[in-house]
Amino acid sequence: MNYIQRIQKKIKDYRETKHLSDNPLVADLQKVLDRERVLENLSDRISYSKDESVFEGGIAGPVCFPLSAKEVQAIMKVAEKYERHVIPRGAGSGLAGGAIPLGAPIVIAMTKMNNILEIDIDNRIAWVEPGVINLELSDHLRPLGFHYAPDPSSQQICTLGGNVANNSGGPHCLADGVTDTHVIALEVVLPNGDITTFGGIDAEPSGLDLRGAFIGSEGTLGITTKIAVRLSPNPEDVQTILISFPTMRKAAETVSAVIADGIVPAAMEAMDQRTIEVIEQHTPSGYPSNAGAVLLVEVEGLPTGVEIEALRICEIAENHEAGEIKIAQTSYQRDALWKGRKSAFGASTYLAPNYYLHDTVVPRSELANVLDKVNDLAEKNNLTIMNVFHAGDGNLHPLLVFDANEEGTLARVHEVAAEIVKISLDAGGVLSGEHGIGIEKQEFMSQLFTDADLDHQNKLRTAFDPQCRINPGKVLPTGHSCADIQTLNKIPEGTWV
Amino acid sequence: MKRPIDQNIKDFCSEVGAAGPVAVEGGKTRWNLNGFPSENTRFIKAPKGILSAKPEEMTVTVLTGTPVSELHKELQTLGQRTCLPDRGGTVGGALAVGENDLSVLGKGRIRDSVLQLRYVSADGQIISSGAPVVKNVSGFNLHKLMVGSLGTLGLFAEVTLRTNPIPPISKWFTAASKHPQNVFDIVYKPAAILWDGETTWVQLEGHQRDVEQQVQKLLTIGNYEEVEGAPGLPRCRWSISPTEASKITREETGNFVASIGVGIVWADKPQSTKEVDPTVRRITNSLKSEFDPTGRLNPGRYV
Repeated sequence: MNYIQRIQKKIKDYRETKHLSDNPLVADLQKVLDRERVLENLSDRISYSKDESVFEGGIAGPVCFPLSAKEVQAIMKVAEKYERHVIPRGAGSGLAGGAIPLGAPIVIAMTKMNNILEIDIDNRIAWVEPGVINLELSDHLRPLGFHYAPDPSSQQICTLGGNVANNSGGPHCLADGVTDTHVIALEVVLPNGDITTFGGIDAEPSGLDLRGAFIGSEGTLGITTKIAVRLSPNPEDVQTILISFPTMRKAAETVSAVIADGIVPAAMEAMDQRTIEVIEQHTPSGYPSNAGAVLLVEVEGLPTGVEIEALRICEIAENHEAGEIKIAQTSYQRDALWKGRKSAFGASTYLAPNYYLHDTVVPRSELANVLDKVNDLAEKNNLTIMNVFHAGDGNLHPLLVFDANEEGTLARVHEVAAEIVKISLDAGGVLSGEHGIGIEKQEFMSQLFTDADLDHQNKLRTAFDPQCRINPGKVLPTGHSCADIQTLNKIPEGTWV
Repeated sequence: MKRPIDQNIKDFCSEVGAAGPVAVEGGKTRWNLNGFPSENTRFIKAPKGILSAKPEEMTVTVLTGTPVSELHKELQTLGQRTCLPDRGGTVGGALAVGENDLSVLGKGRIRDSVLQLRYVSADGQIISSGAPVVKNVSGFNLHKLMVGSLGTLGLFAEVTLRTNPIPPISKWFTAASKHPQNVFDIVYKPAAILWDGETTWVQLEGHQRDVEQQVQKLLTIGNYEEVEGAPGLPRCRWSISPTEASKITREETGNFVASIGVGIVWADKPQSTKEVDPTVRRITNSLKSEFDPTGRLNPGRYV
């Protein structure tokens, strides 16, 4: 037996020992799943205690990898027996802390339920499991003449189950809508273990729209085990245009003017000067490095409409002091223009090792004013900020880049982030356009909603999950979800079994 | 910032009060849907008026007693439209019923267009869900739940809808056709395809040349000619899958007009009642208990 084999045997022996643990919760979970699909050692649990946000919660309890709705149901029954709450999880790409365990819940990782089950071209739908990666579905559909429209910036890693939980959007949701427009039915496992289907492939399923209420509930109402998504036909023509402006204000005014002109592009993305500089330094994409801002606009549909609208957008931009205008002539050029946009967040790490990606929405007409205030705020607080965002939707993504090792910086970042929320709300905007509330913004909910509004949101939650068994402590602020607090208080701090 | 509440909504809220059976009357165009209000129900009207229409935001905020036709007339002057069906009813009625327009493929679904809803709760409070911006994932989607709830969970007072630009051209074409699915397969994003078993009607929207090119495609599968509009529709409304709609027969429905690619069928005969899954029923009942514990909102009506 060589050294590596000895190490492997040691690991195996350790795991076998742990499997013989008389911990009854783990033992029961291992009875309903394969042993290999229940992780129980500390390092594994720590791995499943984080998402892509800057927040930290507790340490996960056992991590389960079900392969079917029946197995999810079985886990829920075990959780009920031991009065443990559960937290569902996809790829963990969320940015609002929605997948972070509070207390020490059983984690249900849906990533092994990752099959595309059925493509039904005649009905223009596909049934998929929640662990399917967003981009993989569209890659699968495109040769068939279709795609799945919502395309979050994390689409290479995020799962469709996570998209359902967060009602995810993406650059191309301006014309076609976000996840709830494109998901028509869901198979779910409810907190008591019932398996049911919300919505359906019928034109107008009867009864309350439980599907619509469930999508975007951030994993608090149940666990999605199967999803019927709508297939969108690939456009016959696409034009991608990069327009430079002397200032972000002019770019933002162009966005409003284009929409007011009766044009709804497929995408309208904005990037500020610092973003352009960073992209061009590290992922050269042909962006004009002397521009104050650029808009990346995509128009798609039938050829004449695309041509007319693209020309009109260029005219409107020129009326707003546009500088260079590049129209991609080939798919290669189009990909190159998008490459810059898609690499912006990654390129930010060249400025500093950490980033906090914010997410608010404001009315389009307020974009320029809000951005001015956000930039002033960052400057006053000595923080570097990049703005790369879905301008067409008014969906801001201020990216604060910083070094968390510098004392006091993270606290300052959180303070500025809170102030950005206030600026956005004062402008008639909302807390989040894509990332959700999670734990990041739950205490801001009272700034957007009245106590009565929040109590009604809790009524919805309570009707599905009266004991707050699934993902407690998220979305609703303290004082508006009493069952959450009761549930979490049952778990002694630091305990996982 | 919480958007101010219009005085008309406050007055409506007072009228709803906090006790006694109450329901809102709209245009009564779908009054016979899912039961009738109990005899002792007090009927009130929702307030009327357009509060703001912003084409640059693609939104309109309107009080729910406003007739859909009035809303669309005003929006037309701004080059915009909503996806609400105009069959003589009110905005609130269209939301409460939740049935989509004939041209749903082109205009979109009602459930996707509601950005913010203000309703009066069973205990007489004004509740807001959502926000008047086109993209929002801030909190639970009560406004989605309310669409199609027939006024049994809350009484609608004000809504902000996503609007869309009116396309430059909108035309109907028709031809004899036994295979309407072919149209769905070859035409890019038609606004509507209707079929009565022998004839197909297609609504095309967009720029003139694009519509002309789409018509050329239609001519490869039939002798399509331009017509004034959609055919008359039978009284009963079925909801089935798109493929079922393209295979439906008169033996099942009597005379019918099917919406191809959608699954709505207007028929002489009513659709048989579908069984509701017991778990869906349980959640529905729980929601009713949470939102209207005394059962005072639109009593007698069920969802």
